[in-house]
Amino acid sequence: MSRLDELSIEEASRRLASREISSRELTEACLARIEVTEPKVGSFLEVTAQLARQQADDADRRLAATGTRTSDTTALTGIPIALKDIFLTKDVRTTCASRILENFIPTFDATVVARLRRAGAVLLGKLNMDEFAMGSSCENSAMQLTRNPWKLDRVPGGSSGGSATCVAAHQALGSFGTDTGGSIRLPAAFCGVAGIKPTYGRVSRYGVIAFASSLDQVGPMASTTRGAALLLQTVAGKDPLDSTSIDAPVPDYAGAIGTAPTVKGLRIGIPREYFVEGLDADVEAAVRAAIGKLQDLGATIVEVTLPHTEYAVATYYIVATAEASSNLGRYDGVRYGRRRGEEQGLRDMYGESREQGFGAEVKRRIMLGTYVLSAGYYDAYYSKAMRVRTLIRRDFEQAFERCDVIATPTAPATAFEIGSRTDDPLKMYLSDILTISVNLAGLPGMSIPCGLDSAGLPIGLQLIGKPLDELTLLRTAAAYEDSCHWHRVSAELKP
Amino acid sequence: MSAARSYYQEGGFETVIGLEVHCQLATASKLFCGCSAAFGAGANEHTCPVCLAMPGVLPVLNRCAVDYAIRAALATDSTINTNSRWARKNYFYPDLPKAYQITQYEQPYCEHGRVTFDLDGTEHTVRLTRIHMEEDAGKSVHDAHASWSLVDLNRAGVPLLEIVSEPELRSGAEASAYMRKMRSLVRYLGISDGNMNEGSMRCDANVSLRKRGATTLGTRAEIKNLNSFRSIERAIAYEIERQAEILLGGGAIVQETRLWDADRGVTRSMRSKEEAHDYRYFPEPDLLPLVIDDAWIERARSELPELPDARRGRFVTSYGLSGYDSGVLTASKELADWFEAAVAAHDNPKALANWITSEVLRIANESGAEGETDFSQLPFAPEHLAALVRLIDDGTISGKIAKTVFSKMVESGDDPAAIVAREGLVQVTDEGAITAIVDSVVAANTAKVAEYKSGKDKLFGFFVGQVMKESQGKANPASVNRLLKERLDG
Amino acid sequence: MPLDENEIRRVAVLARLHLGEDEVARLTGDLGRILGFVGKLAELDTSDIEPTSHVVAMSTPYREDEVTTGGDPDSAITNAPRRDGHYFVVPRIIE
Repeated sequence: MSRLDELSIEEASRRLASREISSRELTEACLARIEVTEPKVGSFLEVTAQLARQQADDADRRLAATGTRTSDTTALTGIPIALKDIFLTKDVRTTCASRILENFIPTFDATVVARLRRAGAVLLGKLNMDEFAMGSSCENSAMQLTRNPWKLDRVPGGSSGGSATCVAAHQALGSFGTDTGGSIRLPAAFCGVAGIKPTYGRVSRYGVIAFASSLDQVGPMASTTRGAALLLQTVAGKDPLDSTSIDAPVPDYAGAIGTAPTVKGLRIGIPREYFVEGLDADVEAAVRAAIGKLQDLGATIVEVTLPHTEYAVATYYIVATAEASSNLGRYDGVRYGRRRGEEQGLRDMYGESREQGFGAEVKRRIMLGTYVLSAGYYDAYYSKAMRVRTLIRRDFEQAFERCDVIATPTAPATAFEIGSRTDDPLKMYLSDILTISVNLAGLPGMSIPCGLDSAGLPIGLQLIGKPLDELTLLRTAAAYEDSCHWHRVSAELKP
Repeated sequence: MSAARSYYQEGGFETVIGLEVHCQLATASKLFCGCSAAFGAGANEHTCPVCLAMPGVLPVLNRCAVDYAIRAALATDSTINTNSRWARKNYFYPDLPKAYQITQYEQPYCEHGRVTFDLDGTEHTVRLTRIHMEEDAGKSVHDAHASWSLVDLNRAGVPLLEIVSEPELRSGAEASAYMRKMRSLVRYLGISDGNMNEGSMRCDANVSLRKRGATTLGTRAEIKNLNSFRSIERAIAYEIERQAEILLGGGAIVQETRLWDADRGVTRSMRSKEEAHDYRYFPEPDLLPLVIDDAWIERARSELPELPDARRGRFVTSYGLSGYDSGVLTASKELADWFEAAVAAHDNPKALANWITSEVLRIANESGAEGETDFSQLPFAPEHLAALVRLIDDGTISGKIAKTVFSKMVESGDDPAAIVAREGLVQVTDEGAITAIVDSVVAANTAKVAEYKSGKDKLFGFFVGQVMKESQGKANPASVNRLLKERLDG
Repeated sequence: MPLDENEIRRVAVLARLHLGEDEVARLTGDLGRILGFVGKLAELDTSDIEPTSHVVAMSTPYREDEVTTGGDPDSAITNAPRRDGHYFVVPRIIE
């Protein structure tokens, strides 16, 4: 590979450590790439070029001290990355792709951001997304359209659309997104990159704008599994500021994967409910081929069942919207954010600020969530959904008695055309049908590229693991990656 | 509403009251963030991203608040639930930054308690439905501008206990006495300063009427903003008459929230809250269940201070005081501490108790705010009172002179011995001196002496008075009595 | 579950959204269809099933009672649309 922006994180990290390249060179290569490709892709809501150059120079100084007593470099020191605009970044505008936060400048960093800064990562900018992470296509951004680098008339997937496109278009070496119902895995699949949603509680949510608190989880995307592993291990681990973050040791994922990961003896479960009608033939073929490859590499394939899968989307849209309706109450135009209608009094200020500040999908979900929690409906909807959630969790517990990892397609089809599902919310919701259960159960899930369909669009293989067992997912993904070439195929940014 | 005529009396009603007491816990920091919970600071001085509800922030529970809450549960004989949960109560208001309050709803940490209190010598017991923890809201200032309100979030997130009683109170006086007991308890426990004028303690009252003897409950009104004992009594008195008048007129009580307007002395409907409240409670996803295990409860129990009822009992048995006096002395922890400090300085509990319940309390009530007894403002220390009683007990001064010394002690704060020395108030015990006065009184009142000797015994008091007067009150009364008797009867 | 426009208006008041009439009509349709879809859950008998409100099987952690934040009212109001000194300012609240 000749272009610096096309380097994987692990390769760039090696070259930075050996001083073959500087962070400033790497960062300039990414900024130049952004300059050229951004008009086509539209990943970034804000490019923080000045900050990136400054951080790159800092990183180079730290790297120059490598081997000395004051050495404090990490595998990410000097690596240019970008963040979904859902992470609070001190003094850098954070909008969540919503008009209601269009001028919001945070006074503090999210824990994830603080950990990345401490590790020496270089922040290239803030990435487009579905407004408040509500969407599966990135089309719900109030700010701009983001296009799939593989075929510019296609959606990149959502909600972390910009996080996937910036990696696929080599604008950044890695990125972070959030995943509430598939928002990392779906765009990773649609854009042909590796993305992992860790176990709920593995990564701090402090300073990450909340959509659905019991489902939201932060995770990285990169062109390779090892790159994603390096990003994850930098941010994972207990945070005293997040009561739901888990106090468990974080393995050195990249080190544990090593150079020759194996799946020998690994039991891979195939849930029959994930290979049913509606699954695109190319997707099914590619995923089955990938499973076959894993079998060739020494894994055992077992059939498992997740019988409540068909109830997952309904459960999700009750739980997630209920939590969201409450989480989004704070956007009231009092302390920050857009304010409208104050001349007509307090009630109008609330009503108008929110009516004008939120987009159609956000309002739809606030309305749905408010409805399912309101007097007389709580038991029929919210309470019911919490119980079905238990059934969905149990499905996985039982399946994992028979296997170590579950493999499925990430999405029923490849990236769809821009505008093709915007009129039908229900159809859009069903894009997440294969990813949602993982969030409801709080399990780690990952998507890695496993082929291209007849239109040349990437196909994602989803791997689902036991709680806190990200390592097995990453090791399986890396073993697969080492045996194929899909992660090396680049998007061409063509119509 | 006529003041002269009581619809309540006329209608044969019985009052049913349940109180929801809100009590601010005396933690250093807020319930879910590290901001100071102290009262009184510049606007938004005690705020951070968490209590300002900035996007992306999360709550982390203050352990001390739970410690305090456990103490309250133990002091009210409540059941502590090992597992309890946090819930969100959703509503929009400018002083509620998240648009929800973190509280406990379906599974509070504490249920089924009881509190006993004394009213006019009768003991009452009220059961508690539940106690739960929750966060306070901020404060709005309405009078600074004609068309704007100002919002200060210093209080937002301050820890509160909500103590909910069963509807077992039957009068404003009972409600007020219950509230006093509750305040005494939290002060004994050291979990709240119980200051009603700073809003650390306040309550809402659910008030309804029913015909005497009825077993079902009438429709209730919830009266908010009761922040003094006086307002509890006044508001309930007003509300009882208001409801009685409606019911006697054949009307029906509307279940609603009413605000006590202390200036006008009325409760008024808060109809401006247009839509019916629908708080959409649901489990707080940002906080995991609260687990209070037996070890924690036992540790808290072992650290529990002596509570008012136990202390009252001890005052009866150890000091030989009456139940009534013990009740008065232990009603507040400060008073009981004050009494015991005095007893430690001079071992005459009964005399000290008499002095405190009569003289000292009067002074303390005068110096405190409405309904408050303020011992910090007393100009003298318990040791001073002890010294005064010791002067009586060792015969240095008479009880009568002691009253004079006490007034001077209140004025100056000086040591009573110094006052006695300065003012020359030492009791005259020299029998020679007293005999001289007796002689002169007898000599000056020959006619009265004759009457006395002829059988008018009552005149003895007259002679005692004259001798005491001559001695400026300093003569030892026992000596006066004996010497007079010898002189007149001998 | 029948859903009419008045129900949508009631929910919009709770959610503090000043919906336009066209939005009321559209949301009545959208929410009606979504609720029809999620109504699928009624098929399942969940009477003996405990609800899941958290997937993390832990009890809530604590912080010690120390004052660690505050004292920066400037930063508190830095994003405020309207302020007066260190106060947030809103249209007069009428009780």
